[in-house]
Amino acid sequence: MFLKKVALTSAMSIIAGAAFAECEIPGNVSIVGNEFPAIHTVAEGAAACTGGEVKANLTADHQKINLAGMQGNPAEYSSAIIANSSIVALMNEDVIRPLDDLVAEYGQDIPKNQLITIDGNIMAVAFMANAQTLAYRKDVLEEIGVGVPTTYEEVLEAAEMIREADISEYPVGGAYAAGWNLAEEFVNMYLGHGGEFYVPGTAEASINNEQGVAALNMMKALTEYMNPDFLTHDSNATSAEMEAGNVMLMNMWGSRMGVLMDDEGAEEQVYTNITVAGPLTVGGGSTPASTLWWDGWTVAKNISDEDAAATFLALKHGTSPAILNDETMSQAVWMIEGYTPAPVNDGVFAAIAAGTQSYPMLPYQGLLHTALGDNLSDFLLGKESAEQALADTEAAYTAAATEKGFLQ
Amino acid sequence: MSSTLKRQPPAVTFLVVSILAIWMLLAAFPFLWTLWGSFKVEGDFFSKADWANALRGTLTQAETGGRITGDGYYGAWVQEEFWRAAWNSIIVCFFVVTISLTLGTLGGYALARSTYRYAFWFLLAALIFRAMPPITLVSGYLPVFFQWNLWGHTATTIIVLVAINQPFTLWMLHSFFKNIPAELDESAMVDGCTRFQAFRNVIIPVMWPGVITTGLFSFLLAYNDFAVTTMLLSKENQTMIPKVASFLGTTQTKGNVMFAVSSVVSVTAPLFLMIMFFQRQIVGGLTAGAVKG
Amino acid sequence: MKHRSFFWFVLPSAIAMMLFIFFPIISVIIQSFHVEHEQVIRAVETCDLFGCKESTTIDQEATAELRAERPLGQFAGLKTYLDRNHIAATEVAETWNGTNSWRDFGAQMLNLPFYKAMGFTLTYTFVVTPLVIILGFIIAVAVNSATKALRGPLIFFSLLPMMITPLVGALILFWMVDARGIIGTLLQQLAGDPDLSVKASTPLMWIMLMVYGVWHSAPFAFIVYYAGLQTVSQDTLEAARVDGANRWLQIRHVIIPHLLPLTTFIALMQLMDNFRVFEPIVSFAANAHATSLSWAIFNDLGGETRQLSSAAATSVLTIIGVAILLSPVLVRTWRDFDRK
Repeated sequence: MFLKKVALTSAMSIIAGAAFAECEIPGNVSIVGNEFPAIHTVAEGAAACTGGEVKANLTADHQKINLAGMQGNPAEYSSAIIANSSIVALMNEDVIRPLDDLVAEYGQDIPKNQLITIDGNIMAVAFMANAQTLAYRKDVLEEIGVGVPTTYEEVLEAAEMIREADISEYPVGGAYAAGWNLAEEFVNMYLGHGGEFYVPGTAEASINNEQGVAALNMMKALTEYMNPDFLTHDSNATSAEMEAGNVMLMNMWGSRMGVLMDDEGAEEQVYTNITVAGPLTVGGGSTPASTLWWDGWTVAKNISDEDAAATFLALKHGTSPAILNDETMSQAVWMIEGYTPAPVNDGVFAAIAAGTQSYPMLPYQGLLHTALGDNLSDFLLGKESAEQALADTEAAYTAAATEKGFLQ
Repeated sequence: MSSTLKRQPPAVTFLVVSILAIWMLLAAFPFLWTLWGSFKVEGDFFSKADWANALRGTLTQAETGGRITGDGYYGAWVQEEFWRAAWNSIIVCFFVVTISLTLGTLGGYALARSTYRYAFWFLLAALIFRAMPPITLVSGYLPVFFQWNLWGHTATTIIVLVAINQPFTLWMLHSFFKNIPAELDESAMVDGCTRFQAFRNVIIPVMWPGVITTGLFSFLLAYNDFAVTTMLLSKENQTMIPKVASFLGTTQTKGNVMFAVSSVVSVTAPLFLMIMFFQRQIVGGLTAGAVKG
Repeated sequence: MKHRSFFWFVLPSAIAMMLFIFFPIISVIIQSFHVEHEQVIRAVETCDLFGCKESTTIDQEATAELRAERPLGQFAGLKTYLDRNHIAATEVAETWNGTNSWRDFGAQMLNLPFYKAMGFTLTYTFVVTPLVIILGFIIAVAVNSATKALRGPLIFFSLLPMMITPLVGALILFWMVDARGIIGTLLQQLAGDPDLSVKASTPLMWIMLMVYGVWHSAPFAFIVYYAGLQTVSQDTLEAARVDGANRWLQIRHVIIPHLLPLTTFIALMQLMDNFRVFEPIVSFAANAHATSLSWAIFNDLGGETRQLSSAAATSVLTIIGVAILLSPVLVRTWRDFDRK
């Protein structure tokens, strides 16, 4: 199976070498970013530039080293590839530069919607999108005779029918592993209920309210139909449940759908029937209970102007239509001209069309996310009330935000 | 001691054999299961449907056409070039063990021979140093290393691992040296040797067993370290464990878990040879040393 | 040994530990007494791929001067230590005054992250450490009575739990104890409960973490004890036999006293390592059920916004905890040392 992939990859690099040859840079480039195929493609695209050295350090621990690596002078990394949740850590410490000058000089042809602007300054250039949406088993929904759910309430009904029909004991899946994943699910559900995370204009958390309780209760209702181990199930484990044919409905990342629908890891009956739908709404709301994510690149502040220009040009090249080919096309939902979506990407586009909110890009959101991940599991385990869990979260967040200077 | 076996009453023999059998099962079964599973595809070995799939290889048959497959090994070693990481690990382990032991034997010897109280306080400080969680240490190093351009180099990681390892090495070697009679080096010094000459000519020849045992623990630490190597090494200098971690995937992307499994299985074979080679010394080593603590 | 030669012998080791452990500890302690400057937050418009919306950002210019002047942040004294995410002084006092029974007080205390972590950490330490010592000793005695030819492979297999990287070892065990894994299914059959799932229940998760801890560390105790057994004086054993001591009495009166100094060493290392339990919690995704101080540090440093002062304070608390835990053993060692 992967022999074919290897052959494709090597064929690709030959073509790529030819296509990338026209990029010329005036300095050196050093990229730090997460490790997955799409980012490898971007880094390879950037590395095709000539005239300077292009290095890349792609690792799952990128968030632990990118800040320290950009704080030095000169910075070790001239660019960090980040998402909308992680750009704030770099902005908080003021280590990335506004790109307006560079865009004016070299980047007139970058589509405007790819430019991430904060307070009128261009801070990053996005190149791919992601969102959590519904994945379901077509054959199972047909068997019980219901349409594709569009709300979480319909998911619960369908789950009950699947259980009663004795098709599966635990038909619902979700990445509810305590920590980052669980917090992310709460953020989705809370936004779906129309909640606001903070007292407007301040860093004071306000989640212990009606929407917060409703969001938690919906999560609890869903967990009744989940495998009892749900608090240990991250997206790996949840996807494995679906591939094993146990889970029939789940909320999953768009970037994971391709793997679910290919012929590896599952029986034919399962993988041919897994289908992607749009994001779900909840509680009669119109905003989907999901968040939109983007990945983009930045340029460090503490580097010479030549290196900054080189970094800009190399990454612009690494995220230009030139990198798209048969192999790279399926790696992500590229926000690049010339990209043609495949059926696996339907969910992400549906999420964009449905007006899903993007994950909050706030200086203190990371602290709230951590606090949520640590405190919500007690409620789902039945050890305390929803109000108590939310109060604990707020208290933990307040202590953390005080330490970081957001609250006094 | 083989003679003891003959003298044992049958009940005792039965007890010993059953204890050993149960322990061998507990210690080795997960590994043997992994060894077997590394020749299957992920859907079988990590089956959420039925654990027996790992024995039958249902999906392995469907996906690769055979009941066993070497895809995991091929993927890790050829496609992902795991040998680079293995080579980096060999370099790191070699230097960590050598440097740790050099510093540790000098320090441990002095600590064992000194009768002043500061030697005890030195040992105590080393012990308290060991209490510091490594991840805090590493996050403290990062800004400094980046600033001074020390980050990413193999040499930096080696020195950090040596330093973190020193408290354990010192404690262990200190107890070894205490068991070598002090008259040995003192008589050499009476004959006109300096302290260092006495150490080199008299102590070094008799201390190999203790050094090898301590070296084994240093080796395992460098070999299995994740916290330090994952944060301090650049991509091209990456050692095995961070490489294995990179096979495991992240929240938004699926990893190649079978690559991780097969690479871990394949690097156990050299360890087996190493243990077989050194087992006599390990035992001999502690024999000389740790007995009187 | 002369002061001068002691100094030169110890110097290389001391420099390495000074640079890479002592100075970082000092900087961590200083860090733990500081928090960040007050951040000036400004409402701004943010535009991304999916449209524009109101959001906030930090006004860098407003604090730039303050930061340049005092890069460590503002001095906070013990504030971080005493806040809710650590010692939680105010909350503990409130709970103390607000609850009527010990039971209630305990339950509320365990809702505070520091005490929740301590609850598990101390249980883990005091269960795992003695079990490791006992199991290691039993295995060492058993391996020692096997025939010579068998001992090499026995040692290798006994060391396996310690040698396989926890990254993958725990991953595989995690799947094995899954409700549908090979061990999980076995447990269900033994318990006669088809719904039994180790990962879903807090008590079972604790037990599993401790079983893993014992399994993972027993080889360390084993190898140290095994080596110690090689030096048990055959003459003493022979004498005991002549006196009519049976096997148990030989072990009780000859072998155990002989291995006592080793037990101190193992106990010292195991108490410290178990108090810093961390890897199994991450590998088994057990943080919904059990946390530890080291895990809290990892959590502080691993989030999108890193909480350096909080992690620093927890690290200092860990060191203090280890020092308290080891003090009985250390006092004993000091007496032995002083006696000479």
